[in-house]
Amino acid sequence: MGGLMTLSRKIAGGAGALAATLLTTAPAWAQGAAGPVRAPGAEAAVAMINKGDTSWMLISAALVLMMSIPGLALFYGGLVRTKNMLSVLMQVFMIVSVASLVWVCWGYSLAFTSGNAFVGGLSKAFLAGVGPTSVAATFSNNVYVPEYAFIAFQMTFACITPALIVGAFAERVKFTPLLIFVVLWLTIVYFPMAHMVWYWAGPDFLADAPTDAGLLYGWGALDFAGGTVVHINAGIAGLVGCLIIGKRHGYKSEPMPPHSLTMTMIGASLLWVGWFGFNAGSNLEANGGAALAFVNTFVATAAAAVAWAVIEQIVHKKPSLLGGVSGAVAGLVAITPAAGFAAPMTSIILGFVASAVCFFFVTTVKNKLGYDDTLDVFGVHCVGGIIGAIATGIVADPSLGGQGFIDYTSFPSVAGKYDMAAQVFTQIKAVVLTLVLSGGVSAVLFYGIKATMGLRPLLEVEVEGLDINEHGERAYNY
Amino acid sequence: MKLVIAIIKPFKLDEVREALTTVGVAGMTVSEVKGFGRQKGQTEIYRGAEYSTNMVPKIKIEVVCASDIADRVVEAIQAAANTGAIGDGKIFVLDVGQAVRIRTGETDDTAL
Repeated sequence: MGGLMTLSRKIAGGAGALAATLLTTAPAWAQGAAGPVRAPGAEAAVAMINKGDTSWMLISAALVLMMSIPGLALFYGGLVRTKNMLSVLMQVFMIVSVASLVWVCWGYSLAFTSGNAFVGGLSKAFLAGVGPTSVAATFSNNVYVPEYAFIAFQMTFACITPALIVGAFAERVKFTPLLIFVVLWLTIVYFPMAHMVWYWAGPDFLADAPTDAGLLYGWGALDFAGGTVVHINAGIAGLVGCLIIGKRHGYKSEPMPPHSLTMTMIGASLLWVGWFGFNAGSNLEANGGAALAFVNTFVATAAAAVAWAVIEQIVHKKPSLLGGVSGAVAGLVAITPAAGFAAPMTSIILGFVASAVCFFFVTTVKNKLGYDDTLDVFGVHCVGGIIGAIATGIVADPSLGGQGFIDYTSFPSVAGKYDMAAQVFTQIKAVVLTLVLSGGVSAVLFYGIKATMGLRPLLEVEVEGLDINEHGERAYNY
Repeated sequence: MKLVIAIIKPFKLDEVREALTTVGVAGMTVSEVKGFGRQKGQTEIYRGAEYSTNMVPKIKIEVVCASDIADRVVEAIQAAANTGAIGDGKIFVLDVGQAVRIRTGETDDTAL
């Protein structure tokens, strides 16, 4: 194995949010008087791996996979009509499978190796040079996790993000063109976005290479677990897709009620549970920061579920199950970028606000504008993601109990000086860049595929259902 | 012989079945149906998309009985299925020309 023991220093995760006090409690160097090691070599870094962190990374990766399958698949599947149930399950299942292959072949390298500010290189394509003893950085000086654990964890994010998109044009898309779109979109949009937001040299190296980071990381944009990279990114791609593909046949003229809200509830609940891996796992270390993200995720979601139910009680006189679980998902989306930065009480407020705004979008704005975003990918993921991304700039402020940010350009790292107005402005810039990049490239891809292979099945196929026509089977044979 | 068709509220099925047994009815056919009469349908709302369903779920009972007990069958159903509210349902009585028990070939009243 000796030949493979290359140090992978060009690896990172989200912008760190651990309070400076935490830094002094966890790392190995705290036990010695010498202080942290600047730019440790390969063998030194391997000794800085903690088994607890490694376990948490692996468990979190499995939890996030559970969010996609079966969580998201059932959440979406329950909302479509019986004749299209399997098409949604199959789309999600195959997107997860294809995305994981794309991730290990070139995705990880494009996202998490040093390149330019926009995209990484191909030095780790096909996981070249990665071995059981190579490491990935965390948010603490001299704390590392095995690179395979980091690859697996980030792989599940690359799996779920394109799967989120399919909800926007569910019940009316051809299967193979969709998968081709997913491979292209991951390569041109997702991997660069992940690189721009999450790639940086790492806490032991950034001080010596302050420009070795993605564009948005360099701006100082805060995105703990993927508000921009995952939710806004997928949400705007979904909106563009549903506009280009067009409305479902019979939209607004025939009833299209969900075929099984039971499954939708099971799926939403699995999403909630899995999201602890998504958000608390994004801390990369099993410590107080992860626990904070866990609690914030819990309470923001609960607040958003309550808010949606209360709003429905007032507006429609009946609180619906679909409303309750939709609120929960809106809360999960909104807390994602803020999970490690907010305090529990500000997370609750964020959950309330996100739920109310998403409710307004899916019930009022969508009807006013008349677009057929089948499962409200835009209304929940993009809108909730935008609320969360901008609000992160507010709730991260230490004066509101937030965690602020860590300045890694000093070594050892220190707490940064927080300026809320400037941070909110940076957050808005990050949101706009995501909307423009993902929206624009998605439009080009959708139009290109529409003109060549076609995106939409024949009318007879759509009316009879995708399950029997595209997949040759039915979900329910009574 | 008479065919008695009753459309009733679903939750009244057990009471109707018991009442029919006490007047000597030995069998019946039950189906889940949808329809509308004076009772209004319901409104369903899914994330703001409103669907008003005009059709209300009901149970349809079909009983074939000897002509001489048809009145008592109708009375039994009417009494058991009654709640006094709109939507309790309706009863129809039709003449039946012939009945055959498939297993034995018995016909008419003996086949019931």
